[in-house]
Amino acid sequence: MASASPSPRRLLPAINDMNRSFWCGGADGRLHIGRCGACATWIHPYLPRCPKCGFSEVAAQPVSGRGTVAGFTVNHQPWIPGVPVPYAVAIVELEEQADIRLLTNLPRTPIDQVRVGMPVKVFFEQDGDIFTPLFEAAEGAHT
Amino acid sequence: MTRFAEKSTCISGIGQSEIYRKPQVNPFELAVRACERAIADAGLSAADIDGVACWPAVPAGTNSGIGAASLPDIANVLGLNINWFNAGDTAAQLSPIVNAVAAIAAGYCDHVLTWRALGERWVPSYGSAAAAAGGAPHMQPSGWLEYLLPFWAPSTATWVAVHASTHMARYGITREQMSAIPIVQRRNAGLNPAAIYREPITLDDYMSARMVTTPFSILDCDVPCDGATAVIVSRLDAANDLKQPPIVIEAVGAGSHDKMETWLGRRDYPHMAMHDAADMMWRRTDLKPKDVDTAHLYDGFTWLTMSWLEALGLCGEGESGAFIEGGDRIALGGQLPLNTNGGQLSEGRMHGFGHLHEAVLQLRGQAGARQVRTVKVSVVGNGGGSLAGAVLLRQL
Repeated sequence: MASASPSPRRLLPAINDMNRSFWCGGADGRLHIGRCGACATWIHPYLPRCPKCGFSEVAAQPVSGRGTVAGFTVNHQPWIPGVPVPYAVAIVELEEQADIRLLTNLPRTPIDQVRVGMPVKVFFEQDGDIFTPLFEAAEGAHT
Repeated sequence: MTRFAEKSTCISGIGQSEIYRKPQVNPFELAVRACERAIADAGLSAADIDGVACWPAVPAGTNSGIGAASLPDIANVLGLNINWFNAGDTAAQLSPIVNAVAAIAAGYCDHVLTWRALGERWVPSYGSAAAAAGGAPHMQPSGWLEYLLPFWAPSTATWVAVHASTHMARYGITREQMSAIPIVQRRNAGLNPAAIYREPITLDDYMSARMVTTPFSILDCDVPCDGATAVIVSRLDAANDLKQPPIVIEAVGAGSHDKMETWLGRRDYPHMAMHDAADMMWRRTDLKPKDVDTAHLYDGFTWLTMSWLEALGLCGEGESGAFIEGGDRIALGGQLPLNTNGGQLSEGRMHGFGHLHEAVLQLRGQAGARQVRTVKVSVVGNGGGSLAGAVLLRQL
């Protein structure tokens, strides 16, 4: 899976045991999200218990990487020096569970084509050990 | 309903500093002025103040400007002898009010001094600080911010805008409808000598304004400023003989009930915490939305105000666009006068306490040229995103 070329460096987190699967898991080309070992509820960000059933085994699993744009904004404000504007910031709801939502960018999708409800699929931008999940249009990805 | 302690408390004094768009006076000084004026307004002396609360508790001199005077700053400069202090984030900008009610109910204090002091023009903003450093700050976001900041989204504007886009698409709400908020509020600001921006704006001005992040133009975003507001919360039976008529705290609401702090994970997305705060507030009173005479609703971004209108049941879910369209309903002479001081979009980002100050003025009949004819009940809603607070105020 091709990675987008890194533009100016993103503000990326320090990696720890709680966030490693999310930020580094993309090394295998797939997005990883925590999941309850008992009731299969998806959990993000990390929690040491399932908030639904209380089970204590929560472990990351790969997801399909498909989702839907729940909302987006076309940002025109040059908040961060060196980052070209305009660019889209979107909330993507994962196909597996609607309340697993990720803020992300859609750098491969022309901003005038971004729509609420648009199907998208993940790809990753690598910076060292971190694989930042970004999304792009996936027309026809949903059947 | 005596089990709700806020009904035995009131707002006894208010004070506000000058509001500056350009840095002119050290914001710590502005904070002190606001507190001194609130104490004098109530007819109290510093010796009567036995509790202090503010949120967020940012000390004077901190290089963010989001606060300009913390608890010890004010307690020390005014020489207060306090039994109780609190800087908890219970209800966003209204946290000091909600927490003061609890302290008074517990018998810790009779008169709690609260304030909100801003110095955002006095210190470099995020953007200029970053530029001065030669690029993006090399911070490593942690906690809930680590899922927002990496995506070129350092501003609350971005986080709110994505929510707004979902809501507006779902209900067919337009920017033309949304324009009523800044246009009406600017008209109100023309009657408020303290407001930063007082010249009227038109629909054309709004539609051609520089876009910040869709659907928000610069006219949808509030105005960072230097300034401070102070409010004294008192035990009602300790305030009956003071200088001002007590304004009773009829109900408070605080809430963040679903995936606290994550911003994105609520099952009812794009609802925000104001829906929790509003629900709690209404559970604590027999009054209803139809009883509200003026509304003072957070306008960091225009859509937040629309979301507050819906959360409080002042209009139906998804109906805020039609409710405000054209501006007649929310104008000074309308069915529900909204943000009568011009709000943060025109007066300046007094960060919620400007709304509280204005609600008290309206309830006292002290709002001057912008006084609404009959005001017995006012609602204040502050915050959005993952934190929100609401208070319902009424005449005694």
